[in-house]
Amino acid sequence: MGPTRIPVESAELLAFDGVSFAVDSDREILHGVSLSVAPAAVTVLAGPSGAGKSTLLRLGNRLEVPSAGNVRFRGQDSAVIDPRELRRRVGMVFQKPVPFAGSVRTNLKVGAPQASEEELGRSLQRVGLEGSLLDRVADDLSGGEAQRMCIARTLLTQPEVILMDEPTSALDHENRLGIEHLAKELAQEGIGILWVSHDLAQVRRVADHALVLIDGRNASDEETAAYLEQGMSGEEQ
Amino acid sequence: MNATQIGWAGLVGSFALVVVAIALSFTQRLQLSRSILWASARAAVQLLLVGFALRLVLDSNASVWWAWLWVVIMIGFASFTIGSRAKEVPGIFLLGTISMLTVVVVSLSVIFGFQVFPVEGRTIVPLAGMMIGNSMTASVLVGRRIVGELSEKRDEVEARLALGQSWQDASRPYVRSALRTALVPQIESTKAVGLVFLPGAMTGLVLAGVDAVDAVTVQLAIMYLILGSVATSVTVIGLGLTRRVFTSDHRLRSIERATH
Repeated sequence: MGPTRIPVESAELLAFDGVSFAVDSDREILHGVSLSVAPAAVTVLAGPSGAGKSTLLRLGNRLEVPSAGNVRFRGQDSAVIDPRELRRRVGMVFQKPVPFAGSVRTNLKVGAPQASEEELGRSLQRVGLEGSLLDRVADDLSGGEAQRMCIARTLLTQPEVILMDEPTSALDHENRLGIEHLAKELAQEGIGILWVSHDLAQVRRVADHALVLIDGRNASDEETAAYLEQGMSGEEQ
Repeated sequence: MNATQIGWAGLVGSFALVVVAIALSFTQRLQLSRSILWASARAAVQLLLVGFALRLVLDSNASVWWAWLWVVIMIGFASFTIGSRAKEVPGIFLLGTISMLTVVVVSLSVIFGFQVFPVEGRTIVPLAGMMIGNSMTASVLVGRRIVGELSEKRDEVEARLALGQSWQDASRPYVRSALRTALVPQIESTKAVGLVFLPGAMTGLVLAGVDAVDAVTVQLAIMYLILGSVATSVTVIGLGLTRRVFTSDHRLRSIERATH
């Protein structure tokens, strides 16, 4: 069966249903994980390093495919959706900013080649950058600016969900708070955000919903409470 | 004395220079004496075997099919060499074989189709040899380079895929860079020819007493042929390899996993 178009209306935005992922036949990283991403909210996926959070995120826009279970976008199995179309609707922001060679304009046009100068300028303003940065060499941006530019680049594909893989881990505290604030704003505009973090103070700041992943599986209610409690007691920042 | 027939005595005389190289290695303690001796002896044995075999293949009474068989064997050896020199490149043996076959078919079709040279054993074998030899080196270079680029820039390629680009678009800047790297040395050597060194075919013709301008026209035709062959082989490897490291649903495979 070939790729099909995504239905416009569906109650469900992005859902992982009993998803497993194996690197090879004897090494499974995720074991039947289920979660859903709510629209207009920041869903945080927390858990210790190595729990499989980033891998799960990569299954969300089909950079990887599950070995069992399925990922649904607007109620449709993502396996039957054209991956290029899926990735425009389910955008991704990586742990470290990934500027491409060339100017900021060149970067922004990768996902939106037809975008006008005005649209490009607006996308920068939406993430808190000056429109005048368009001619700047992307590699010359500071870490915070580069990550904001990467978010603007993703926004130009008009995503309904943005997967954020520890997007502030390479940034200083001020920029970290700035990106968190931006994610909350985007959620208020209606975008569903799935944010991966192992920084529990950050989980408290940004999460509308929080889920915990431990050893590649959904944590039980007790485990979730105990894990998040660590953050309350300030053991992990 | 004939410039094209130095005889066994001449060969032994030229070996004096190898002795000089060994002496230099010995006095400078480079510990290369055995390597130099081994390389010289191996080259002598290989080339003499080839020479005797070619004498049979290129005999005016021999069928031209022997020359074509020779070309097939050369393609096999070249593919094997590409495979052994670029082990980290997934599927390189098959890609190398396809690349060498394409080079031979395209280039010889042009050269014989336009009747630049007559279709004879003495033209088929050396022309195919030069094309395959040069293309082989460029193929190894481009294969390794593409794998290196896509591994090093994996985060960029995946960021492009995540923006909805196809694998063709997402890989283009990196594959293009690898193709340029593989082609530039050939272009540079084409530009420098005659100014720095006189190329082999021309030197051979001049030694054989051919008019220098006639020798130059033959050399130019061969150089254009080599340039075209290198470009063809590099493109075939580039396109084939890039296709291989991506899945049909636009995911970049783990390069290690792509080898299975």
